[in-house]
Amino acid sequence: MLNHTPTEIAERSALRINPAKTCQPIGAMYAALGIHRCLPYSHGSQGCCSYHRSHLTRHFKEPVMAASSSFTEGASVFGGQPNLMEGLKTVFTTYDPDVVAVHTTCLSETIGDDIPQIVGEAKRQDIIPEGKYVIHANTPSYVGSHVVGFSNMCTAMATYFAQEVKPARRRHTDATQINIVPGFVDPSDMRELRRLAEATGFKVTMFPDTSGVMDAPQTGKHIFYPDGGTTVDELKNLGRGVATMALGWWASRDAAIQVEKKAYVPREILDLPIGIAATDRFMQILKFRGGVITPDLERERGQLVDLMVDTQQHFHGKKVAIFGDPDHVLALTEYVRDLGMIPVHVLTGTPGKRFTSEAERILGPKAASSNIKSEGDLFTLHQLIKNEPVDLLLGNTYGKYIAQAQDIPFVRVGWPILDRVGHSLIPTLGYAGAVRLLTKMTDALLDRRDRDAPDHQFELVL
Amino acid sequence: MRKVAIYGKGGIGKSTTTQNTVAGLAEMGRKVMVVGCDPKADSTRLLLGGLAQRSVLDTLRIEGEDVELEDVLAKGFSDTNCVESGGPEPGVGCAGRGIITSINLLERLGAYEEELDYVFYDVLGDVVCGGFAMPIREGKAEEIYIVASGEMMAMYAASNICKGIKKFATNGTVRLGGIICNSRKVDNEYELLDAFAKQLGTQMIHFVPRDNDVQRAEIHKKTVIEWDPTCNQADEYRTLAKAIEDNDMFVIPKPMETEALESLLLEHGMLDVA
Repeated sequence: MLNHTPTEIAERSALRINPAKTCQPIGAMYAALGIHRCLPYSHGSQGCCSYHRSHLTRHFKEPVMAASSSFTEGASVFGGQPNLMEGLKTVFTTYDPDVVAVHTTCLSETIGDDIPQIVGEAKRQDIIPEGKYVIHANTPSYVGSHVVGFSNMCTAMATYFAQEVKPARRRHTDATQINIVPGFVDPSDMRELRRLAEATGFKVTMFPDTSGVMDAPQTGKHIFYPDGGTTVDELKNLGRGVATMALGWWASRDAAIQVEKKAYVPREILDLPIGIAATDRFMQILKFRGGVITPDLERERGQLVDLMVDTQQHFHGKKVAIFGDPDHVLALTEYVRDLGMIPVHVLTGTPGKRFTSEAERILGPKAASSNIKSEGDLFTLHQLIKNEPVDLLLGNTYGKYIAQAQDIPFVRVGWPILDRVGHSLIPTLGYAGAVRLLTKMTDALLDRRDRDAPDHQFELVL
Repeated sequence: MRKVAIYGKGGIGKSTTTQNTVAGLAEMGRKVMVVGCDPKADSTRLLLGGLAQRSVLDTLRIEGEDVELEDVLAKGFSDTNCVESGGPEPGVGCAGRGIITSINLLERLGAYEEELDYVFYDVLGDVVCGGFAMPIREGKAEEIYIVASGEMMAMYAASNICKGIKKFATNGTVRLGGIICNSRKVDNEYELLDAFAKQLGTQMIHFVPRDNDVQRAEIHKKTVIEWDPTCNQADEYRTLAKAIEDNDMFVIPKPMETEALESLLLEHGMLDVA
C-alpha cells in the first residue's frame, strides 16, 4: 500500500501524513474508565464520542461505555450548558454512576464552555445526587496528543479528590501505602505493576486502574460497571501514600505533581518500566520507599538476565526503528539498547522537546548517528527507514503498512494494537513483560531468518 | 493579589481608563500587570509608550509552543508588567479562543507567580462569546469594573455585561466592583449613572470628567500621570485608583431589562427643557 513513499526526504512545514498520535479526548476517556463506577462523558458532538469508544474497543476487545453532550449547531452558537445539564440529568437518573468524568472536545473548547461553572449550576439545581461526583479535564484535540489527554484526566483525579491526611489520622497498623500513576498502558500492565509493588510489601493505590474493567472476564452476563477501577475512597486517601510514583514523564508526571500539591505526598517521576534497566529503577524506588526485594523478585530478574544472555547473539548489532507514545518509545529505546541492538530511528507524534534530549541521553555516543524525532509522522518514519533500512520495527498497529512495504519483521507494542490480541492480558511492563517482549522480538527475527534461509543454512537449532 | 477585569462597550475608553488608573496605582507603589485581551493589542500602548511589543498569540504563531515569559512581557511606566494577548486579523479565525489560549499560556509560564498587587484584564467590548468571558472564569479575575457613560448604548452594554458576570458569579468568586463613568458630557450624566449603578446593585466608583488632556497625553503615547502629573485629570485618575484600592463593595449584579433601562433614561436622562 505504501509503495509510493518517496525515499528522498523533502522539507515539510505544514502537513502531517499518517500521524503518530491521535487526539486528547480518547486518552481522557481511557483514563476515566480506570475509576470504579465512572462514566466517561464527552462534552461535544456525538462523533467524537463514538470514534473514541469504538477505537478503544478495537484495542481492548471490550465494550466501552461513555456519554456525550450531543452538540448540535444550536449548542455551538449558544454554548453547551443546556446540553451538559441535560446530559448529566440523564446520566445520573438512567446509568447511576458514582463519578462522571467530563472531558471537552475541540468544539466545546473553542466556544469556551466553562465546565466548572456549568457543573456548579448543575449542583445548584440538584442535578448531581448526594455522594456523586462530576470531575472534568480540558482536552482540546489541537493541543498535545492522546497522551496529554490521558495525563490531564489523571491530573483531574488528583485535583478533585486528593487531600491531605494528617499523620494522626493515618492507621499505623496498615501496610504502608504507595501511590502509582501507571501511564497509558494496558490493564495487564497495571496488574503487573500492582503485583510487583505488592510483592515488596506495599499497599498499592493505583490511579487510574483499568484492570478489571478493560480485561473483564466473560461470565455470560453484561455488567455495565465491572468490578475494577480505582474507587473514590482510594482517591480521597491518596494523602496516605509515602510517595506517588509517576511512570512516564508525559502520561503521569502532572498527576503526581498534583497529588504532591494537594496532599503533600512526595513524587517520584520514573520512566515507564519497560525492559530491565527501567524496571530495576522502579524496584529501587520501591525499596528506597521502604519495600523489600524478595528472593522471588530477584529470581524473576535473574531469569530475564539469563534469557538476555542466551539470546544476545540474535540481537547484537541489529538495527531497530521504534515509534509510538513518548514514554513507551524512550523506555523501549533503552531496552533494545541493553539487548545490544541499535535504535537507528526513534520517533513519536506527541510534542515535547524533552523527547529528543532523553533519547540522546539513552543512546549516548550512538545518538549522533540516530534519527530522533518528536512531533513526527509515519510518512517520515517510512522515509527514514527507506534511507537507512532496519532489521526490526517496534510500534503500534499503524506500523504494519511500513513493515509490509519494506518487508521488515514487526513487533506490535504500545497503543493501539488493533489486529492482534493478548496485550490486555499479558504485560509488557516489569521483568515478566521484558521476557514477553524479548520472546516476541526473537520470534520475529528468527521467523524471518528461517523464511529467508537457503537450504544449507536452514538450522534446526538456533 | 487582586485580580481585576475592565469591561465596557467598544470605544468607551476602557483601555485609556485602565492604563491611566494603573499609572495611578503604580505611582502609589503598587506592582501591577496589565493583560490586554483585545485582538487589536492596544491595551498597553500608553504604558509602554507605543505599540512596542509582540503579542502572546503572534509569538506563539511564530515561535511555536516553546515561548518564554520574556518574549511576551514588557516593562512599562513605573515598572508595570505589560502583556498583550493579540489575536487574528479582523474577519478570520477565532479571537475568543485566542484569549483562552493566551491566558492558559501565561499561567503555564508563571506570569502570575511574581509578587503582584494587581492584575488588570482589559477586555474587548461585550462578553460576546465564551472566550471573552475567560478572564472571569474560574476565579481568574475576581472583581469587575464596567466603564460606561450616560449614553443609552453604553448603559445597555453595561447591563449586558452584568448578565455575563451574574452567570459566573452564581457559581464562582467573581463580583462586580462598580461602574466607572467615563463622561461624555451627556445631560444629567452623574445622576443618571449613579441611579443606573444603584439599580444594578452596585456603585458608581468614580465619575471621570471629560478633559482634552486625556487626548493630548494619548497623542504623546503616555498616560496622563506620566505626561503631566500636575494637571487636574491626573488627579481624577489618582482618585479612581484610590477608590479601587479602598473598594470593599463587591456584588452579584442585577442586570436590567431594556424597558427598565428606558424608563431610567426618561426619569434622569434629560435636563428639564421647559
